[in-house]
Formats: sequence, C-alpha cells, structure tokens
Amino acid sequence: MPTPLVVSDVAKSFTMHLRDGIRLPVVAGVSFSIRTGECAVLGGPSGAGKSSILKMLYGNYAVDEGQIIVQHDSGLIDLTSASPRTVLAVRRRTIGYVSQFLRTVPRVSALDVVAEPLVERGEDREGAREKARALLAQLNLPEKLWALPPATFSGGEQQRVNIARGFITEHPILLLDEPTASLDARNRDVVVDLIAAKKAAGVALLGIFHDQDVRDAVADRVIDVTAFAARKIAA
Amino acid sequence: MTDEPLLRVAALSKFYGSRVGCENISFDLWPGEVLAVVGESGSGKTTLLNCLSTRLLPSSGTASYRMRDGQWRELYRMSEAERRFLMRTDWGFVHQNPADGLRMTVSAGANVGERLMAVGDRQYGKIRATAVDWLSRVEIDEDRIDDAPRAFSGGMRQRLQIARNLVTGPRLVFMDEPTGGLDVSVQARLLDLLRGLVTDLGLAAIVVTHDLAVARLLSQRMMVMKDGRVVESGLTDRVLDDPRAPYTQLLVSSILQV
Repeated sequence: MPTPLVVSDVAKSFTMHLRDGIRLPVVAGVSFSIRTGECAVLGGPSGAGKSSILKMLYGNYAVDEGQIIVQHDSGLIDLTSASPRTVLAVRRRTIGYVSQFLRTVPRVSALDVVAEPLVERGEDREGAREKARALLAQLNLPEKLWALPPATFSGGEQQRVNIARGFITEHPILLLDEPTASLDARNRDVVVDLIAAKKAAGVALLGIFHDQDVRDAVADRVIDVTAFAARKIAA
Repeated sequence: MTDEPLLRVAALSKFYGSRVGCENISFDLWPGEVLAVVGESGSGKTTLLNCLSTRLLPSSGTASYRMRDGQWRELYRMSEAERRFLMRTDWGFVHQNPADGLRMTVSAGANVGERLMAVGDRQYGKIRATAVDWLSRVEIDEDRIDDAPRAFSGGMRQRLQIARNLVTGPRLVFMDEPTGGLDVSVQARLLDLLRGLVTDLGLAAIVVTHDLAVARLLSQRMMVMKDGRVVESGLTDRVLDDPRAPYTQLLVSSILQV
C-alpha cells in the first residue's frame, strides 16, 4: 500500500529567549508513517506533544531535527527543509488540515469560508459554493447562517464550518486536530461518516480525538506519543 | 504557469552615511505572493520598501524584475524614464497617508482615470466607465465620482488610493502601512477588501507593517526586521506561531489579546 507520509526521527523543542533562553523539549525521535486509506490517531495525555506533531506536519511549527517526507505531486519532498513556497504548494494540493478553532476573516460568509480552498485550487466559485452547501447541509448547519460571517457563531457552529472547509477538498493527506471537540452526538456521527468516506477514497488521515467513541469508530491504529517524550530523554 | 519569480533581490544594502538603513537583504518574490515586512519604527522596513520601489537608490546590491515580456531587468540600471514607466504601469504604491498617493484637489474619478491616461487610454467614456467600476470595487458610491478626495473620510481616501493603484492592472504592489492611522472598524473593512483584490487579481505585493495582525491576514510569507537586518523569515503562520528569533518572540509576545 502506498505511504504518502513518512516521519523519521523528528525532534522539536521551544527556546524561550525571553525567559533566559530556557529550552523546552517537546518531542524527540518521532517516527511513523501513514498509508493511504487509513486513519491513524495520535494518542497520549495532554501536553504529550500531539498537536505539536500535527503542526510540524503542516509546516506551522519548525522542526529541529529529522525528516518529514511527503509525496507531493509526483515526487517526494522533505517538509522540514522545504521553502515556504513549497510548503504553501503542499498545503494547497497535498496536505489538508482541520484545526481546533476557526480563524475567522471579517465579513466573509460561512459559505465562502468553506468554498475558499476549492477556489484557491482553481475551481469556479459557483461549483465550489455548491459543494460547500452540500457539506454544510450534511453537517446540519442551519441554512440561515450560510450567508453570515462565522465570527458570531457558537463554538459548535464554527467547528462545523471549519470541518466543512477541511473536508471539501480532495487532499491526499488530511490532518485532524480534535475536529469533534465541541460537537453534539449527531454531528460527531456525521464527522465519523465523513472520515469513513475519506478513507474509502484513499486519503491518508492522521488525527487527534479525545472523544473515545469517535476514536474507536475511526481509528485503524493508535500511535502512542508518550513514546516520543523528549523530557525523559533530555533529563 | 510560469515557475519564475517576479522579483529577485540580492544583498541589498542602504547606508545613510555610517548609519545602516537596511543591510544585506535577499529574497525572491513570486507572482501572486504577498510578503509582509514587519518590525518597529526605525527597523529599516520603509527604507527597504523605498529601495525596492526605486524611490531610493541602494548603496549596494541588486534587484531584478521580470518584465511582462519575460525579460529580466536590473532595476538600478534602468533609466529614470524606464523606472517611472514601470511605476505607472506595472507597479502600484499604496502610501500610509492617502494624501501622498492621491491628487487631493481633483475628483475621485480623475484620480483613477489619470493612471489610465498615463498608460495611453484616451477615450473619455471608457475611462469614466472603468473609473466607476473601480470605485464600486473599492465600495465608493458612483455618486461620489466627481467629489475631490478632500471631501472623503480617511478610510474612503485609502480605498480610493487603492483603486488608483490597481486600475492599470499592476503585477506588483508596494504597500506602506496601508491600514495605519485608520479606525479599527475601517481597518477591518479595508483589509478584507485588499485580501479579496489580491486573491482575485493574483497580485504580488510587499506590505510593510508594524501590525502583526495585518501581516497574518494579508501575507503568506514574512520577514522580521530589526536594526536594518532580517532577523527571521518564513511562512507567516510559522513565524507567528513558532517564532525562533529572540526579537520575533518579543514582538509576538507583545500582542495584546482581546
């Protein structure tokens, strides 16, 4: 089975220059790979570095050591040393990311927030909006909200806009940072269905889910992040 | 799609006597990319912007620009006339103070139309129609077309300045604190407008700002400057979420949370 994402020996620490240069190790020796059509879940307690790992895979956090090899277009690239321009291309075409919180842009409607990733990939606006409508309906977001900017929505409503935005594209790799955190049971089930559909379409998924039911429903395997604890190694 | 940059900057320095304006700045800018240059007053970001837009000549270093015909030209070796032509046609410059970029005593329509005439448009009806179109794109009512910008609010003036700059379909726009001096609500509207225009037109832009929120919203890439030098650069969200340089950490930690 193809393996579009391979992480080897990745280490990450934060150096706090404003606190006398204290070095806070986060993770070390992170090694795993994700195959197409599977959903792997990062497991471990809060503070173990799960979110940091996802952020490194998305190029949002810098990496101190190691390699993150991604199959991008028809080649392999190492994200840890890729130029900003390459990372942007990877985000556009290869790696999608659903963050915990929606970073809202003033004055842009929920519908356009969801459609935007497709428009950026060159789809025409109306076609993108059509797909956005279908997803928002599937996620039970009241239709009267679609034309409004999500800034004033409830946490659960914003989260659904965020999920729709993340799932609308056909990125071959999808990273999920607690996408179900503020959802009710009915909508959690919708997300489980969406993840199943991605798996069936051959997408490689890596996620963080604190909700045990969701995790059991989607996870093909759990990657235990405590094995990568840097504090033990550093101490 | 071409895979060549639009602008290549190598080892650019500007000294004012023995004082450093900016030193050893190198980067490439691709079409459609927005680069934010951030730093506090005196960090050299405006000096850099003025050198890149050839309003100021650097002390050393080079900047090459890919012209519409695909030819690379060395900016500081062009004649004054060639540079002015580039400024009028292929580039835009949005000043912090709209009065620096507008003619305050002629009408809004003329401010926009003037740039069109500079690139050879002569037909009045067409110029006026284009001006109306651009005023509506920057959300200025058509019935204000004959008013002079003196009669406009600060936010409207800034939107008019943007229309004046974008009407010729430039490929590269320089912006110096484009939202500076505006009320917060007006800033949000302007940012939103700029963001939409930059995306729709596929513009490349270099935006100088001291406001990290503006940089986050508008740019994909960022350079952090201090004392004339670049102390950190990279993807905007990476620099803001995982700042590495001591000075960037100080800047990011100084943002007030609301």
